[in-house]
Amino acid sequence: MKKINSEMIRRAVAHLCVEANIKLRRDVCAALNRAVKNETNARAKRLLKQLLDNARIAQADKVALCQDTGMPSVFVEIGRDVNTQGLNIDQAIQKGIEDGYRKGFLRNSIVSDPLLRPQPPKFGPGVIHYDFGSHQGLKITVLPKGFGCENKTQLKMFTPTASLDEIKKFIISVVKESGPDACPPYILGVGIGGGADQAVLLAKKALLRPLDKSSSLAHVARLEKELLKKINQTKIGPLGLSGATTALGISVLAAPTHIAGLPVAVSISCHVLRSASVHFK
Amino acid sequence: MSTSNRKISTPLDEKTLKSLKAGDEVLLSGEIFTARDQAHKRLVETIAKSGKPPIDLKNKIIYYCGPTRTPGGRVIGSCGPTTSSRMDRFTPQLLQIGLKGIIGKGRRSDVVRRSICKHGAVYFLATGGAGAFLSRCVISAKPILFKELGPEAVVRLVVKDFPLIVGIDSKGQDIFKR
Repeated sequence: MKKINSEMIRRAVAHLCVEANIKLRRDVCAALNRAVKNETNARAKRLLKQLLDNARIAQADKVALCQDTGMPSVFVEIGRDVNTQGLNIDQAIQKGIEDGYRKGFLRNSIVSDPLLRPQPPKFGPGVIHYDFGSHQGLKITVLPKGFGCENKTQLKMFTPTASLDEIKKFIISVVKESGPDACPPYILGVGIGGGADQAVLLAKKALLRPLDKSSSLAHVARLEKELLKKINQTKIGPLGLSGATTALGISVLAAPTHIAGLPVAVSISCHVLRSASVHFK
Repeated sequence: MSTSNRKISTPLDEKTLKSLKAGDEVLLSGEIFTARDQAHKRLVETIAKSGKPPIDLKNKIIYYCGPTRTPGGRVIGSCGPTTSSRMDRFTPQLLQIGLKGIIGKGRRSDVVRRSICKHGAVYFLATGGAGAFLSRCVISAKPILFKELGPEAVVRLVVKDFPLIVGIDSKGQDIFKR
């Protein structure tokens, strides 16, 4: 593959931060368009159209879709042909975040200490996750998730004999508890399995899967379909003001777990689900 | 039930406040003040210490908003509402000193709802996640207090036809409890 240097990574990440925050993901746009067509509640339909207008205006005016430009999560997938010698990936990504947020006039929402909360907030750091895979090249994805919905994340450690119904009930309860507060219609990322740490990470990673794709595992795909239907039956609707559109999509990732446990994590995303990727080959 | 596109202006007088019903859709023009978590904390601390707030909030409207930074040539960046419930712990103290309007998103506690009713104020909902859309309704923006808080500074906004839905009216009716 082509030689990668730190500067290329920095520039790419800066670009991804701006792109993700200004240009609504194509699959999310398509899901909103479908929702407008299917929505039966007049006000909900009007509000959904307002969200599509918002996406058009953001792109035309080059202004962020939402004022909460998130705490960026960065997913780095390092292929087997990538030579990382001489690269300072971590630093390049953090500098890229700072460049992108500065140049894109995005919000400085990060405090460097969670208890002291020194002011004013800064552009970064973001949270970086590294994976080594068998693919070719280096893939970087930026997911700047707002905190209104991040605050609704939940983890529940089920016992291994818990029924599928109990798991479904929990996932639906997270949506109900979020109610109108975290900018519905929602997109749900669910992580099942691993330890507590992996379940929460999987839940967030699940948000990266395009909304028009379902799980490649038949039993998980069935679960996704059933959950989406049940969540939309709650009638929470856009802004929580009722309607047929409570969730635009749900994506479940499963992983091996321990005989004594069954962790389930739910990451709720607002309707402004943002991410952007680059693949160096 | 809902009066579409009714126009209202600041300051909101008693008659207007009383006429607004949960579920009504209005277009607001005039002056509003952004304030969110840290600004609320400081406002309430100052009131507790000195008996009065650092800015006059009598008959004013607070908007729970921390905009993105303003690109050159623009009035403001993206400026949608943030989750209101985080401000629940501070809201009664501000209503007590004369605040009459609040703009945010999502539910309020029962304590806040009763306090809104007691003081004849109104809680409005703005469209969450539509910050770019809402930025086009802002005519001017000027930071006036706690500038060191960056996005959490108090900014005086002048808005025109800012689209809102009445969430809790002055009688205490709550759109989310129907």
